Amino acid sequence: MSKKKEITKAKLDFKTDWAYASAPEDSGHISLKKQYDLFINGEFVKPNSKKYFATYNPATDQKIAEVAEADEKDVDKAVKAARKAFEKWSKLSGKERGKYIFRIARLMQERAREFAVIETMDGGKSIRESRDIDVPLAANHFFYNAGWADKLEYAFPNRNPKPLGVVGQIIPWNFPLLMAAWKIAPALAAGNTVVLKPAETTSLTALKLAELIRDSGLPNGVVNIVTGAGKTGAAIVNHPDINKIAFTGSTDVGKLIQRSISGTNKKLTLELGGKAANIIFADAAIDQAVEGVVNGIFFNQGHVCCAGSRLFVQESVADIVIRKLKDRMETLIVGDPMDKNTDIGAINSKEQLLKINEYIKIGKNEGAEIYQSSCAIPSKGNFCRPTLFLNASQSHRIVQEEIFGPVLTVQTFRTIEEVIEKANNIPYGLSAGVWTDKGSKIFNLTNKLRAGVVWANTYNKFDPASPFGGYKESGFGREGGLHGLMPYLNL
Amino acid sequence: MSRLEIQKTYKIFIGGQFPRTESGRYYPLKNKKNEVIANMCLSSRKDFRNAVVAARSAFGGWSEKSAFNRSQILYRIAEMLEGRKEQFIAELLLQGISAAAAKEEVTLSIDRLVYYAGWCDKYQALFSSVNPVASSHFNFSVPEPTGVVAIISSEESSLLGLVTSIAPVIAGGNTCVVLASESKPLCAITFSEVLNTSDLSAGVVNILTGNSAELHSHFSSHMDVNSLLYYRKNKNEIKTIKENAALNVKRVHIYDKIILNSEKAQSPYFIFDNQEIKTTWHPVENIGSSKGGY
Repeated sequence: MSKKKEITKAKLDFKTDWAYASAPEDSGHISLKKQYDLFINGEFVKPNSKKYFATYNPATDQKIAEVAEADEKDVDKAVKAARKAFEKWSKLSGKERGKYIFRIARLMQERAREFAVIETMDGGKSIRESRDIDVPLAANHFFYNAGWADKLEYAFPNRNPKPLGVVGQIIPWNFPLLMAAWKIAPALAAGNTVVLKPAETTSLTALKLAELIRDSGLPNGVVNIVTGAGKTGAAIVNHPDINKIAFTGSTDVGKLIQRSISGTNKKLTLELGGKAANIIFADAAIDQAVEGVVNGIFFNQGHVCCAGSRLFVQESVADIVIRKLKDRMETLIVGDPMDKNTDIGAINSKEQLLKINEYIKIGKNEGAEIYQSSCAIPSKGNFCRPTLFLNASQSHRIVQEEIFGPVLTVQTFRTIEEVIEKANNIPYGLSAGVWTDKGSKIFNLTNKLRAGVVWANTYNKFDPASPFGGYKESGFGREGGLHGLMPYLNL
Repeated sequence: MSRLEIQKTYKIFIGGQFPRTESGRYYPLKNKKNEVIANMCLSSRKDFRNAVVAARSAFGGWSEKSAFNRSQILYRIAEMLEGRKEQFIAELLLQGISAAAAKEEVTLSIDRLVYYAGWCDKYQALFSSVNPVASSHFNFSVPEPTGVVAIISSEESSLLGLVTSIAPVIAGGNTCVVLASESKPLCAITFSEVLNTSDLSAGVVNILTGNSAELHSHFSSHMDVNSLLYYRKNKNEIKTIKENAALNVKRVHIYDKIILNSEKAQSPYFIFDNQEIKTTWHPVENIGSSKGGY
């Protein structure tokens, strides 16, 4: 008893002992237009409907710019431009194609800070993440795939790999620029042309990418970027002259797309939702595991399809893990995404915040025990405290459904059989995490877990050379690495 | 008023420095009119040994760099070379190459660097394997760089031969000591200046000028050289090299039939030639089962 008291006494009070001076990133060097048009055939053009929609800074609720809404006619124009560009682009030597993509990578590296600041302003993620992860990784994806353009014969010997044609790509709002890079880079390396639609709440970095692509001298029409919401996406999916759809987003929309193109010859890759198990065994390095769990669920406000949103802790270490996890959560700084100290930025949109809060309510009603960090959150903008649900059970909706926010459910287990059963007992299969000191256990789990990515003693690691994608209802096809080129080639 | 040109003193390139040969020896390089263009260093055995020390001490850092980082650095070399294209073309002309051939040689060299920049983080995916062994083990094989590579590069080419021999070696994480063409040595030293301003760590590439007849036996008998690449046609030298290589089981690759300006002069297999394959066995527990269910 007396020992326990000492620990409590020694605990830091993060509100008084641990104050940070604000460290805001400068945004004075950013130039944004008031209104953005569609990028079709190498130039910015007004939308057919003449309609524009506003894009907001989710941390301040301030309007940043207006973005064009593409309708069917605009999409058709973009597809026609891409089709025309395909003739020449696909016949260009791989060597020359690669050089264009290298250029895009270099231009992005040169303008990295500008992209990071806009990403944070438009999407709400912390500047530290957009600066250190999103933007450099996006540039690296271009750089990596550029090198493949003239090496496809080595990647897929004896198959004479050929591009598919015009590719329609629809990307989500959680990693706006990075997802654009994941989609565009391999498509171009393989010799396809592209019509890409960013998510309606986060169009700006894709449009900045369009400017950069124009500056790179890439032939007109090779990449077209059309902005808009679901309707614009549907126009791409249903366009008769598109050869392949690549979609990253929710499982519901993924199913809709799979159904809508069922009567066509369009190829399809889907990178959908997830509900990853993050499993801590008793023999794990506990502090390291707790760090990994925090990174796993609170990275990018939990807006990550592969977020480690279900924590499984072996019973014998559950108490200490949960105590350390709660302590660590107390130190997380939630607030202004532009502040370099901030760990958790703004929730991407009002709708998403409503959805997360709805799930928090559901969790409470289902009988799980809620714990939230006591941190202060800004009164304006969309923010959510890091949240734990203890004593969650397998049948709870908060365990079965993707919340896409900073909400972690905690379950305990006794045996490895039990945790494998529980981890797999879900429609999703995107990713999983395993924390143990024992290598043989790691490989047992990588064998048994039905998930496309398994992180062992680490979490949320991404690399252009590493394939990423899901099992089951988390989608099919891989992005990254050699496997990431396959969906863009006739083999 | 006429202005007298400043001529460059051509040195050698060891450990990121530009010394003259320690031997103090030189050989005159002449143009077609029999005029002296430059007094090149006639590098000695001692220069070579110094260069191997530099290459060995650079090996740890270079081979441990991420593949992606190596890729960026090779691309940077291409960028630097592109910016100095005209200088190399002029230097090739000075060495008696025709204008068209000079231009082709420089652009091919740049593109070849970009080609290998792309391979830095990709050859692993081609040459690695996960091996389905019968026992309960996770077994995988990956390529790792051989170490210090000694290169006697093409005699016929001043720049392209050099790039063709160096790029796959450093793309694969090795360091090297290169003997440049004796009769067309100028671009090798100017290329060293490119390397020296391309974020390439000192000692990764070391370049000597001199005479293969004198140096090939030292190149092949040095006990701290792991691999030797020979791009010339001299049968006697080839024989000595192969014999000497046995002293410490050097890997020897004779590329006497390579056609430098052909596509066949570049491939990931030139990277593979200076790789070792490492296989790791790791036990896999086999508890629990859930594969059928979901």
